Amino acid sequence: MGLDNLLLGFQIAITPTNILIAVIGILLGTIIGVLPGLGGANGVAILLPLTFTMPPTSAIILLTCIYWGALFGGAITSVLFNIPGEPWSVATTFDGYPMAKAGHGDQALTAAFTSSFVGALFSIVLITFFAPLLAEVALKFGPPEFFAIQLLTFSSFVGLGGENPLKSLASILIGFILSTVGLDIVTGQLRLTFGFTDLMKGFDFIVAVIGLFGIGEILLSVEEGLRFQGARTTMNPRAVLETWKVLPRYYRTFVRGSIIGFWMGFKPGGATPASFMSYAFAKRFSRNPERFGKGEIEGIVAPETAAHAAGVAAILPMITLGIPGSPTAAVMLGGLIIWGLQPGPMLFIDNPDFVWGLIASMYTGNVIGVIMVLAFVPFFAAILRIPFAILTPLIIVVCAIGSYAVHNSMIDIWYMLIFGVMGYVFKKLDYPLAPLVLALVLGDMSENALRQSLIMSQGSLAIFFVRPIAGAITALALFFFVLPVLTRWRRRARARAISPVPTRN
Amino acid sequence: MRTADLVTSALLILLSVVVMYDALRLGIGWGDEGPLSGFFPFWLAALLAAVSAALFLQALFRRATKPFVSRERFIPVLKVLGPLAAFIVVTDPPGPWSGLGLYVAGGLYLGFYMRWVGGHGWRAVVALSLTIPFITFLIFETWFLVPMPKGPVEAWFGY
Repeated sequence: MGLDNLLLGFQIAITPTNILIAVIGILLGTIIGVLPGLGGANGVAILLPLTFTMPPTSAIILLTCIYWGALFGGAITSVLFNIPGEPWSVATTFDGYPMAKAGHGDQALTAAFTSSFVGALFSIVLITFFAPLLAEVALKFGPPEFFAIQLLTFSSFVGLGGENPLKSLASILIGFILSTVGLDIVTGQLRLTFGFTDLMKGFDFIVAVIGLFGIGEILLSVEEGLRFQGARTTMNPRAVLETWKVLPRYYRTFVRGSIIGFWMGFKPGGATPASFMSYAFAKRFSRNPERFGKGEIEGIVAPETAAHAAGVAAILPMITLGIPGSPTAAVMLGGLIIWGLQPGPMLFIDNPDFVWGLIASMYTGNVIGVIMVLAFVPFFAAILRIPFAILTPLIIVVCAIGSYAVHNSMIDIWYMLIFGVMGYVFKKLDYPLAPLVLALVLGDMSENALRQSLIMSQGSLAIFFVRPIAGAITALALFFFVLPVLTRWRRRARARAISPVPTRN
Repeated sequence: MRTADLVTSALLILLSVVVMYDALRLGIGWGDEGPLSGFFPFWLAALLAAVSAALFLQALFRRATKPFVSRERFIPVLKVLGPLAAFIVVTDPPGPWSGLGLYVAGGLYLGFYMRWVGGHGWRAVVALSLTIPFITFLIFETWFLVPMPKGPVEAWFGY
């Protein structure tokens, strides 16, 4: 049943227009991924207004291809410039940069791109088969189940995020509060506007993403005074072929990285831990672990495979449940709503051409992507040699254009500035930004699910526990919420067991 | 960092109080259509207040660490923020005045930053601050039909 649909999807994805759109998307995405201060999420956010007049399928192909391009572009800066463009490419710098410095930049990049491609492909194949099944299950979900899943989404940031759990929780709550500003659609009342007409429209998450991730990131990088002095490299076909000859040796690392990536990426915020976990596993099982960190090719394969598998897997909950697994997926979800589509399991029934066009374009987009980045590495690397005093204002002006274009309103550019300062401060204080954005995007949906559930139960919270599916998910969510407390207790108990003298820390 | 953490969590507590105040005005109980408008914001804010209070205490009982940002590292940040605010004002000032539009303001901003921070030569500054707005104009205004705020210069060219 899946294959017919996939063929239908390919008929949509492989039209000359959509192939051209994919090429443009990969090109823009790679540039965005290479540029400091422009990651996948705000790249997609800035370009979202350009897609308002496009047919939805072409629009999603453009945005997803920007996403793939940004993922590939991150590898270029990590390997050649030792600057991780995204948190999940940090592990790629460990062995990528030493290789590039030793003059093997072409091999390191080939390994990175190929691993990205393999990881992505693995997740895409799994999505092709799992997405329809998951959507079918999700069709039986009512508001309590959806609210429980949203609870689970946010609990995993708190329980598995790695940052201070209280700060993660604060970020989530701020995002939800921001989402309530403006008109309440259910009752028609104005909330938190305090008489200011500008606040009636509320805060658009696109502007928040551009400010928090775009402007905030630029402020951080000028503060750190980044100077881009990278290793130079050329790509010759022989180096590519030679690397490809070596890579099959690491098939175990590929398989392990893909599985870790898919499994972690399905849950929100999973790409970064997945890349580190895959790196750690590769090092542990390697015959020569002492070479890791000095330019071992397996040290590039492991994190890149996992990061891309996770990056692609983040799309799965977005199209099946309407819940994004990453900030970039969250922006795309916002795009779906703007294009007039209802995200969630009904997409598979109401808009099969859109869903299967999207899935098919993931195959074509990644094939086009890996070919393009291999061919044009010197061009992309040259972008980082543009002087900083030109790049910074240029990126800021593009961010301003993107913010203005959402509603054609000046106030959004001011919001962008405010969110930029907020992003800078929050980033420095380790308040995670991704859950804030996700909460802002999902705010209305979560509130509606909560309200409808409470109406069903006439105000009793027990509805989230007694329905079997909702109950299981809520229990898991609650477990993640208290996980940080549990691990702390366990660590203390163990410390006490080891040393009879009570230790203080 | 400690002071910044204290200030941030205090501000978050203040925000929660404001939100709770507004939520109480809207009603946090049960109405004809289920929970009232203030229900969701109220409990979010109540939780945020509790979490921020915990963060405040966490920061309070921690030894002071390195400062949030040193003065010489903060100057480049202000050098981005100041001109950015000026750029927004020049594009379209709040109030009844009309601005120069985004493209002209963007070109001025780019040129100013290049000269002031980057110390680039005048020739490069003028060349780039003319061509880059022109290219962005072509892309956004004519190709993707996304209208930006425009001023007298665009009007002079007939847009």
